[in-house]
Amino acid sequence: MKATRNIGRRCGAIAVAGIAAGLLLSAGAALAQQPKVKIGLMLPYTGTFAALGTAITNGFKLAIDESGGKLGGREIEYYTVDDESDPAKAPDNANKLIKRDQVDVLVGTVHSGVALAMSKVARDNNTLLVIPNAGADDITGPLCAANVFRTSFSNSQMGIAMGKVMAEQKKKTAVTLTWKYAAGDESVGGFKESFEAGGGKVVKELSLPFPQVEFQSYLTEIAALKPDVVYVFFAGGGAVKFVKDYAAAGLNKTIPLVGAGFLTDGTLEAQGDAAQGLLTTLHYGDGLNNPKNNAFRAAYSKAYKAEPDVYAVQGYDAAQLLIVGMNAVKGDTAKRADLVKAMEAAKLDSPRGSLALNKGHNPIHDIYLRKVEGKENKVIGVAVKDLTDPPRGCKL
Amino acid sequence: MDIYSLLIQLLNGVQYGLLLFLVASGLTLIFGIMGIINLAHGSFYMIGAYMAFTLASLTGNLFVAIVVGVVLSVLLGIVLEWALFSRLYKRDHLEQVLLSYGLILVFEELRSLIVGNDVHGVAVPAVFNWSIPLTSTLSYPVYRLFMSAVCLALAGLLYVLIHRTRVGMMIRAGASNREMVSLLGLNINLVYRLVFALGVALAAFAGMIAAPVSSVYPGMGTQVLIICFVVVVIGGIGSIWGALAAALLIGLADTFGKVLIPEAAGVTVYLLMAVILLWRPEGMFKRVG
Repeated sequence: MKATRNIGRRCGAIAVAGIAAGLLLSAGAALAQQPKVKIGLMLPYTGTFAALGTAITNGFKLAIDESGGKLGGREIEYYTVDDESDPAKAPDNANKLIKRDQVDVLVGTVHSGVALAMSKVARDNNTLLVIPNAGADDITGPLCAANVFRTSFSNSQMGIAMGKVMAEQKKKTAVTLTWKYAAGDESVGGFKESFEAGGGKVVKELSLPFPQVEFQSYLTEIAALKPDVVYVFFAGGGAVKFVKDYAAAGLNKTIPLVGAGFLTDGTLEAQGDAAQGLLTTLHYGDGLNNPKNNAFRAAYSKAYKAEPDVYAVQGYDAAQLLIVGMNAVKGDTAKRADLVKAMEAAKLDSPRGSLALNKGHNPIHDIYLRKVEGKENKVIGVAVKDLTDPPRGCKL
Repeated sequence: MDIYSLLIQLLNGVQYGLLLFLVASGLTLIFGIMGIINLAHGSFYMIGAYMAFTLASLTGNLFVAIVVGVVLSVLLGIVLEWALFSRLYKRDHLEQVLLSYGLILVFEELRSLIVGNDVHGVAVPAVFNWSIPLTSTLSYPVYRLFMSAVCLALAGLLYVLIHRTRVGMMIRAGASNREMVSLLGLNINLVYRLVFALGVALAAFAGMIAAPVSSVYPGMGTQVLIICFVVVVIGGIGSIWGALAAALLIGLADTFGKVLIPEAAGVTVYLLMAVILLWRPEGMFKRVG
């Protein structure tokens, strides 16, 4: 039902105009003294993920402001595009920023489908891209590139961490349930891999089409299979409904439910009592007591009159990573190889803890084990210290 | 699968089917009987769910919220029919599609402005907030059984209204020939306005009563829209029993599709629709009037 339009011709025109403008601009830039660094923020500012886009933007700008509002000594100019979480519009939107606005750095986005399209455009144009959320494994796997970085997580990381914890708790059998799409498959895949490596067995992998929320038949199957634990990947409205249905079916009394952190992030208000005691894994959580996090939380709530969440942290770290890179080349984006090298070697002091990057430019960080207490996802321990998922298929 | 699981899955299927009927019942009236293509049906469902959330947190009682919500949605229906839909009865279906699609966008934006984009839960009323143990591990929430009972009662009431009352006769007559009915001296405009309002109220009612189990979130309306049209089309346009039978069939197909052929869970319902429409292009039950 989405409106379609013929964008081919317009795209071509923009591209030609963009190349022409680009030639003129780069000639001019060589003469001018230290022009502004152009940063393209391509994030969702409307729709379901609007709040995430805003949190990422806030976190990003906070880190920049803390370092004097500059990158490598150069002033900054922001170009913003609302990607509407629409993969169909993603190539066009990314091209707008790269070809029309001539951004030096592209930052985005939340939705994995959009991020995959962005990473393709960024690779084709050799534009520096920093991804502050989208977790598709492929971006830092087979599709990895020297100019593409990620400061958030990859989908399989949360599953890997939870699988390990459950195996350590001597759980023998597990059933997994997820929406049938890339993020869910990758998360469940990670769980299966580490759970079975630790001696457990995934007895059944259930899935339903995205974004269906009729779970009753799956709950009946889980009850019949009686596994030691159930691992799920759901987010938003689906996460609320699943957790409530699971409790209403009485399953939470006999079979523990665990999941990737998104199961209980931003949803606790709606889940109420049904979520109490649930264990989840994520790279951030409530009550994380380190100096950087405390300072970050204070600065964020002062600047934006709101509490930061994991998305704000990811945006903050995207900016921190760029600061390291740009400082290393003193703002000279032409020295791309040195810039990339500095970013690859960066050891960031993130609110989540320490943050480094693996060969595929994906985060190496602690994944926390969290327990729902009241309206908080309390960090109760480290599930995996410095988790690095193998950059499968990455040729860097 | 043992016999016990089979029975429980059967219950799941029937229960889901009844819920589908509840959600689609308003569309049976507006699309099935009045013949207006109303894509905003899902929005009315969404509005109902959000009303349940807001009114229940204001009044502290879901049932009070439902009564107030039904009154409000009847008013909304009357206003919409008077201001917009009444102008389109004689026009092309495409224009009805455009109008109601526009309404989806308007209502989503209003929802975002007024209530925001967060996910909300609605508490199950205390009377029904318990479960019946079925096996050692599985219990069945009583609220779901209550919902099923409401759906059955509603199906009965709708049948009586459309097929056994004078008003129902007028509605059916109006659906087959508007001009003739007004020539006979009946105020067909008023009848249509009321039926449209009833359709809106039914959709909102479905949203309200389903809110405790479905939770309340952006985009929930568009999720139910397509399945509602499937129910009405399979059932045979304009037939209450047809819609009920179709809803049950879809509920069972969906449930057993998920259990028996999980790889194809997404398409079982639409396969069923294709088969039924090949077998009976008019739907399972014939058109009224």
